[in-house]
Amino acid sequence: MLEINKLHASVIDIENSEILNGIDLTVNKGEVHAIMGPNGSGKSTLANVLMGRPDYEVTGGDITFQNQSIIDLAPDQRAHLGMFLAFQYPAEIPGVRPWQFLKSALDSKAEATGEQKMSVRNFSKLFDEKVQAVGINPALVKRSLNEGFSGGEKKRNEMLQLEVLQPTLAILDETDSGLDVDALRIVAEGVNSMRSPERSFIVVTHYQRLLNYITPDVVHILVNGEIVKTGGPELALEVEKDGYKEYLSTSEVTA
Amino acid sequence: MTLVTSPDAVDKFSSAYEKFTVEKATSPNWVKKLREQAWSTFSEIGIPTKRRGNELWKYTNLQPLTALDFYAGHSGSVTTARIKNSAPWDDDWHTLVVVDGKFSSELSRINDIDGLQLISLNEAIETETDDLKSLLATLAGKEEYAFSALNTAFLDDGAYVSVAEGVKIEQPIHVVHVTSESVESRAVYPRLLVDARAGSSIVLIETHLNIATTSQFSAPVVEIFQGESSSLRHYRVQMENEISFHLGTTRVSQQSDTDFTSTSFAVGAQIARNDIHSLLDAPGASCTLHGLYMTNGVQHQDQEISTTHAKPGGTSDQFYKGILSGKSQAVFSGKVIVMRDAQKSDASQKDLNLLLSRGAEVDAKPSLEIYADDITASHGATAGHVDRDTLFYLQSRGVDEESAKAILVRGFAEEMLNEFEPTALYDFVERVTDERIPVLLSESDTIGTA
Repeated sequence: MLEINKLHASVIDIENSEILNGIDLTVNKGEVHAIMGPNGSGKSTLANVLMGRPDYEVTGGDITFQNQSIIDLAPDQRAHLGMFLAFQYPAEIPGVRPWQFLKSALDSKAEATGEQKMSVRNFSKLFDEKVQAVGINPALVKRSLNEGFSGGEKKRNEMLQLEVLQPTLAILDETDSGLDVDALRIVAEGVNSMRSPERSFIVVTHYQRLLNYITPDVVHILVNGEIVKTGGPELALEVEKDGYKEYLSTSEVTA
Repeated sequence: MTLVTSPDAVDKFSSAYEKFTVEKATSPNWVKKLREQAWSTFSEIGIPTKRRGNELWKYTNLQPLTALDFYAGHSGSVTTARIKNSAPWDDDWHTLVVVDGKFSSELSRINDIDGLQLISLNEAIETETDDLKSLLATLAGKEEYAFSALNTAFLDDGAYVSVAEGVKIEQPIHVVHVTSESVESRAVYPRLLVDARAGSSIVLIETHLNIATTSQFSAPVVEIFQGESSSLRHYRVQMENEISFHLGTTRVSQQSDTDFTSTSFAVGAQIARNDIHSLLDAPGASCTLHGLYMTNGVQHQDQEISTTHAKPGGTSDQFYKGILSGKSQAVFSGKVIVMRDAQKSDASQKDLNLLLSRGAEVDAKPSLEIYADDITASHGATAGHVDRDTLFYLQSRGVDEESAKAILVRGFAEEMLNEFEPTALYDFVERVTDERIPVLLSESDTIGTA
């Protein structure tokens, strides 16, 4: 489904700012991959580069999704192919209501893929169902997108979008260590309920805690912009026990 | 006041004024006197020029206006269909139509309601001398302001709204000021006087519509008198064509415990100034002045917003939002004066701007002038761009770049649009905004850059 080959990326317009130093990663259909690493290792950058954030520039290598190179595609085109990024800190957008925004997102996708746009009536029905499923306060979704939402409400809102958009690859950027237990649960419930043989996930996280709720198929350790170790769920537990110290030193030696 | 004016500009109006005084030789003496006084004020001031030291006109250059000649040409025909097409409209509203400053009884739709008088200003001048005499041109006309003076010098008809004590009118009263088609450039002086007596309550919509395809000059004056405990919800919609000049004056006088709430929607004209002043003349008055302005091309929108707290316990709130693109310019000059007697006043001022292009400029000048010691006040102004993170967020959900930009601009306008409560009015400002956003974005170059 997703193949990352020798991916190099740096901050746009800044020389010698390479953050990703040749990443190789394959995510197959239905798999859940966890990407762990210390602060500043580049894991959040990886999540954002996959989605095409304009702050970064791919300087080498390739990313293919559904057998198509996506590095020259705009973020919305990647979304139309079935990619999704759940943000650690979703933007607060005054004056824009979640309903309206998600309808536009689906309309744009329908337009791009030549499908028929969903009627307002059918969309409203779908939206109401998902609002209930995710457990978001219906009064909230009438308000401006994320404006004045609590941390937990923002997470629920991200999961609501995940549910409505039904991507084939969802990337969750949960790099921050400050996630409370509630927020962790919300994200985990979202992922677990959406897990299917047709859908893959990349969960980016600093701590193992989130993986108590989501059992990954594969765990990668990312240090200094490189994947230094790949293993099963047990790898996350090792990191929990021993930290990243061991990887930091090997990386420094090889660097 | 220092004379930083263009005396030559006065000449452009003097032959028209002489002709006008001959035509109006039979007007009542007190009206003639008002005109003469105003003309003498205007002749002294002239059309203000942008010059060092002329603080009120520092950012607004009227040179393009003074370069034009204005004729007293014939007015073209105006139909209800034409107005409905370009202005907010609801058959249930009380609608007064004023064409080129002259009240049109054919186009107006006035329902008979006890305690509500909706007539032409000329009719009011003829019949209601005493009441009117004590109000007309007392707020706008004698002040040292070029455009209210000019309007008063050419005072001739307009609309008159009078609401009797305790009368509450549910349906909005809509005053449509239309500038008709004309080959030549004309100066028009629409005038509206509102006498809202104690305990009354009305919704007043004022639309400035220009259906000419040529450059016109409109200098409307609105005077509003609010008796104690009255409530007035005011809306102002400015839809001049983009080669015209609009220099509007609104003056409000509020008695105790009154509520004046106004929201303006200003999108038209090449050069426009919305000069509004409210005087909180008695204790416990509340005044809210809000508005949205949008500019593109080489448009210039100037919001000259002032509130004077003369007596204690008043509340004032100024809040404007602007969206600018192309090489357009906007000015927000907000002023709150709290006089020594006006203790326990509460004043806030805010101007937020969204700049969509590098060529657009906003000069925001919120100011507080406070002579009382026990008050609460806050003010602030910002000018910003749509940020790249927000755009990325929307795009990551599959919204294409153009739609994402439109959503963000629209989102910025939303809270102001929501203030337009009457359904037909909301629908109108929403439609104009939605049509305008692609135009603004087509002249945009900063959006999505850090």
